[in-house]
Amino acid sequence: MKRHDTTPTLGISARLLIGAGIAASLFLIGIPLITIFSAAFKEGWQVYWKNISQPDTLAAIRLTVFAALVSVLVNTVFGVIAAWLLAHFRFPGRKLLLSLIELPLSMPSIVAGTAYLFIYGAQGWLGPWLMEHHLKIMFAVPGIILITVFVTCPFVIREILPVMESQGQDEEDAAHTLGANGWQILLRITLPKIRWGLFYGIMLCNARAFGEFGAVSVVSGAIRGETSTLTLQVDQLYHDYNSTGAFASATLLALITIVTLMIKLSIEHSSTAKSSDSITSSSMAAES
Amino acid sequence: MIRNRKPTLPGFKLTLGLTILFVSLVILFPLSALTVKASSLGFKDFLSLAFNARTLSSYYVTFGCAFGAMLIDLVFGLLLAWILTRYSFPGKNLLDIAMDLPFTLPTAVAGISLAAVFGAHGWLGQWLEPLGIKVAYTPLGVTLAMAFVSLPFVVRTVQPVLQELDREVEEAATTLGGSPIVNFWKIIFPEIRSPALVGASLAYIRGLGEFGAVIYIAGNLPFHTEITSLLIYIRLDEHDYPSAAAIAMVMLAVSLVLLLALQAAHAYSQRYLEKSA
Repeated sequence: MKRHDTTPTLGISARLLIGAGIAASLFLIGIPLITIFSAAFKEGWQVYWKNISQPDTLAAIRLTVFAALVSVLVNTVFGVIAAWLLAHFRFPGRKLLLSLIELPLSMPSIVAGTAYLFIYGAQGWLGPWLMEHHLKIMFAVPGIILITVFVTCPFVIREILPVMESQGQDEEDAAHTLGANGWQILLRITLPKIRWGLFYGIMLCNARAFGEFGAVSVVSGAIRGETSTLTLQVDQLYHDYNSTGAFASATLLALITIVTLMIKLSIEHSSTAKSSDSITSSSMAAES
Repeated sequence: MIRNRKPTLPGFKLTLGLTILFVSLVILFPLSALTVKASSLGFKDFLSLAFNARTLSSYYVTFGCAFGAMLIDLVFGLLLAWILTRYSFPGKNLLDIAMDLPFTLPTAVAGISLAAVFGAHGWLGQWLEPLGIKVAYTPLGVTLAMAFVSLPFVVRTVQPVLQELDREVEEAATTLGGSPIVNFWKIIFPEIRSPALVGASLAYIRGLGEFGAVIYIAGNLPFHTEITSLLIYIRLDEHDYPSAAAIAMVMLAVSLVLLLALQAAHAYSQRYLEKSA
């Protein structure tokens, strides 16, 4: 692809536009981000540390990490399976399937939580059966994991499907002709080819799993120290008028976001260095 | 795209079966539970629960503020996409990566932060309030919070198109004496119109469903700043499951219809482009 030369000297209108863009981003993104940290450290390091090391916060961290691990694992496996299907085969209903997989991205998360309540809750389809067998899903850890799987299921496939489609499947076809079975093709050819897209998809999925709030707040019951995730902990502390504590927990979530974005930056950087293809943010092409 | 592939790769049945199983269990099953629950109410009850005065005003707040947020996103999204593709300046990479922040920052974190920034004593609130601009606990705050979470949509749909646009056409137009503004309307605008609309629609859909970022800055006064997602939450909290089901069903139906309309519009414009090419 041809590279555009950027004009060395910028005119007044260009400077004005750049200034306006930077000002708007500071206004809407920069200042809120800085505020999280400045509010968390307002009363000093010691108070921050005390807030972070509270048993309830530690329990929330443990639960959040656990729920994120399980849902990222489930959605990575699902993402690879579904991407294999959607990238390699054309069949009736393919578009519909893809739209369904992307649905969790565009529906209100509260609605998702409500829908899950009508299955696993006391009023739900499976409620009486679950009660009879003493299985607790709603207002317990399994419910949190289930709803997190729902909310984060599009992320991995959205990153790897464009990569698989743009790279084609010539290598896979060649391996197949030479007698490789499906697992060998997947493990030795496809996965190495899509590794950066897969990695970034997993990071995005993880960031969302850590940060989901609306749907989780419906199904968790938010029992402190038991079913409270980090975002719910932030919410509770904020409503307790302990805003320093709320922002302290919020810094942990903000750090995950920042790390995710740094990883994206470094992947983009290394792939632009190695290939001449332009990298768009929605579909990250792995190095060829 | 249909290509003649002699050796079909293995795994079609297995991956199709597993994908359909997963989609049914995780996505379709819960959504049909909600649909069945809502339709079991009966038509009259459904209408009275889903369209009573308080619920109607929550739709008004939600749909209105999401529309305002979409307009903000459209203006700033186009501006940011433009400067990120056309100019080089210090901090450009940082600005580019910052555009993804609203997607990845947990919404509850964004929510308490925006409430702190725009509150009466906040960094920006203390300057805006004397000017008579109240953000926190007003529809303006709801709009800003929605604009925050959905800002990346317009930027990320327009940016690649601007990047790919052939600059020689513009340069030729300039050489032929076109003013920058005329060139923009005649040459660039037609190219970015449809991606900008797609981005704006996605931003609108996202704004409708936003919960975490909105509730702290909104103040949540019924009939004034109460969004529909919060009203569903309140009804669930009150164990008023029929109301929650009815309102959630309306929101689900609206997001489905908008999504389908967007896909249809997109498919139509693709076909139109192919025909005219």
